[in-house]
Amino acid sequence: MHDLKMKYKGKKMAPAFNAFHTFLFAPNETTHSGSHVRGADDLKRTMNTVIMALVPILIFSMFNAGYQHYSALNGFPENFSVLEHFITWDNFWIGIIKVLPLVAISYGIGLLVEFIFAVIKGHEVEEGYLVTGMLVPLIVPVDTPLWMLSVAVVFGVVIGKEVFGGTGMNILNPALTIRAFLFFAYPTWMSGDKVWVYEARERSEQILAGADNVDAISGETVLGYLAQNNEAAMAAKYSISDMFFGFIPGSVGETSAFLCLLGGLFLIFSKIASWRIMVSAVIGSLVMGLMFNQVVELGWVGETSKFYGLMSFDFWKHLIVGGLAFGIVYMATDPVTGSQTNKGKWIYGFLIGFLSVMIRVFNPAYPEGVFLAILLMNVFAPTIDHYVIQGNVKRRMKRLKNAVVLPRDSDAAAKELKAETV
Amino acid sequence: MALLTKKDASLILDPLTDNNPITIQVLGICSALAITAELKASIVMAISVIFVMALGNVVISLMRNIIPSKIRIIVQLIVVATLVIIVDQVLKAYQFELSKTLGAFIGLIITNCIIMGRFEAFALANGPWKSFLDGIGNALGYGVILIIVGFFRELLGSGTLLGFPVLGDPILKTGLYATGYENNGFMIIPPAALIVVGLIIWVQRSRNPALVEEN
Repeated sequence: MHDLKMKYKGKKMAPAFNAFHTFLFAPNETTHSGSHVRGADDLKRTMNTVIMALVPILIFSMFNAGYQHYSALNGFPENFSVLEHFITWDNFWIGIIKVLPLVAISYGIGLLVEFIFAVIKGHEVEEGYLVTGMLVPLIVPVDTPLWMLSVAVVFGVVIGKEVFGGTGMNILNPALTIRAFLFFAYPTWMSGDKVWVYEARERSEQILAGADNVDAISGETVLGYLAQNNEAAMAAKYSISDMFFGFIPGSVGETSAFLCLLGGLFLIFSKIASWRIMVSAVIGSLVMGLMFNQVVELGWVGETSKFYGLMSFDFWKHLIVGGLAFGIVYMATDPVTGSQTNKGKWIYGFLIGFLSVMIRVFNPAYPEGVFLAILLMNVFAPTIDHYVIQGNVKRRMKRLKNAVVLPRDSDAAAKELKAETV
Repeated sequence: MALLTKKDASLILDPLTDNNPITIQVLGICSALAITAELKASIVMAISVIFVMALGNVVISLMRNIIPSKIRIIVQLIVVATLVIIVDQVLKAYQFELSKTLGAFIGLIITNCIIMGRFEAFALANGPWKSFLDGIGNALGYGVILIIVGFFRELLGSGTLLGFPVLGDPILKTGLYATGYENNGFMIIPPAALIVVGLIIWVQRSRNPALVEEN
């Protein structure tokens, strides 16, 4: 490999080739001796850790794709047992034919775009897409057509990332840019009760076309039921443990709050993701949920209101349905697009949780808002950081002014002190 | 060109490319975002702006020596407003449906910064013939971008061009739709125009690096 690398050095294709090389081997250009301290957690390692945290979710989602399909066909099993009804080859097979192509397309198209840009710009391919490529298939509905995903990935990588200068320079989270593009471009494929279950849409189209030997199937999400003020039907279908462990319809990988929790703990202990953002986002969503509950309790919103279903939903349950848990753990903590300062992280996370639940309740088109909330806060993250830093500077300036400048009370001493403090 | 001297020709041609009012000066963005969802509306808007700008530039240029500079903005506004009302009335008389789609945006030509900009920057200091050419040139530069954006937004967003279904019928699933293609709803909403204009700027600047600002 290394000989090949030398051979291609300076050629136009070199960056593309080098990308493969560094992906497979540790580059030999790094320092081997001397006084340099080398951390083991380079960008590649960071990305791989996140992917490791995502793998259980991917596997779970493959089973869940099948489970939702067969449950919609035959009804949910009476005495649900994980081994008998969930981890079966039938379920896994649906996952292989529906979920894996999404992953393959997401990586294939996304890396192709990255390679093209690397060759044009003549610099190394960046690792940033490794995580994005894994996140994307997990946040789209299972029946998303592959060409739609391709278009969205090209859009997301080019507009969301490359125009700003590539990995590390982007303002918006590319995976969420892709999701938002899909949502606005093809809303009928992204919402409703037909898109979350494999084949549901196809069948309803066949029925419309006049086929009478197929049964209509559908899988409304928990939030979908609530948005229609249909809490009774929801409660009859999904129990709280279903919601927590993720045996519910939804975007491919977002359903299991349990696995998101495990992944989140893993990321916190490996110090990849910021626990401040996660904790404050959870607090934010709980506060907003509590406020809505309170509003309902005070009787300000009656049962006839179209917001009643979502507003009266117990505040803590917001965390285990929809994409909130997934968004908080894997999306909000993106180090590039999030806040950098510690105080900023608290504000940033809190507002993400707060806004997610608010948009979820008030969004007229679609009872979910995590991706919109995170994108919005991505835009505000630099502003938050700016004010946190300015606040810090101001406080220290004040301290400087009040400080008694001792013995050498010349201007030089004050200047020196100022230089140290600022 | 016998009709135009080289300098005069550049008055028309420059705004089309290297001094484009939208992509280089970034003026008149508001209407470019609002009315470009359909190609036809873009074309009509382009023609209206060409009319208003060419005539307005001539009128201001003819009056340039008698306008007191303290009230010149008011005079300019009156000239634009008069011309815009003519356009508006003509549209209402002959293209009623279209004038409803364009709605307030015909009236808002008055506030289009390109027009006021050219009055201030060019017509007040140059003769009527030159001002006429300058008006035509800048309005054409504006119109070209409008038409490009309108073309892509209508084609990708609605699958039609000037109202003709060029990609097949989305409901009966003919043409391209038979393969599973769907219209891109994102292209219908105004933010898409921002992105299309951004892409045009990108292409233009990568073809001509001299346009890239230093910072």
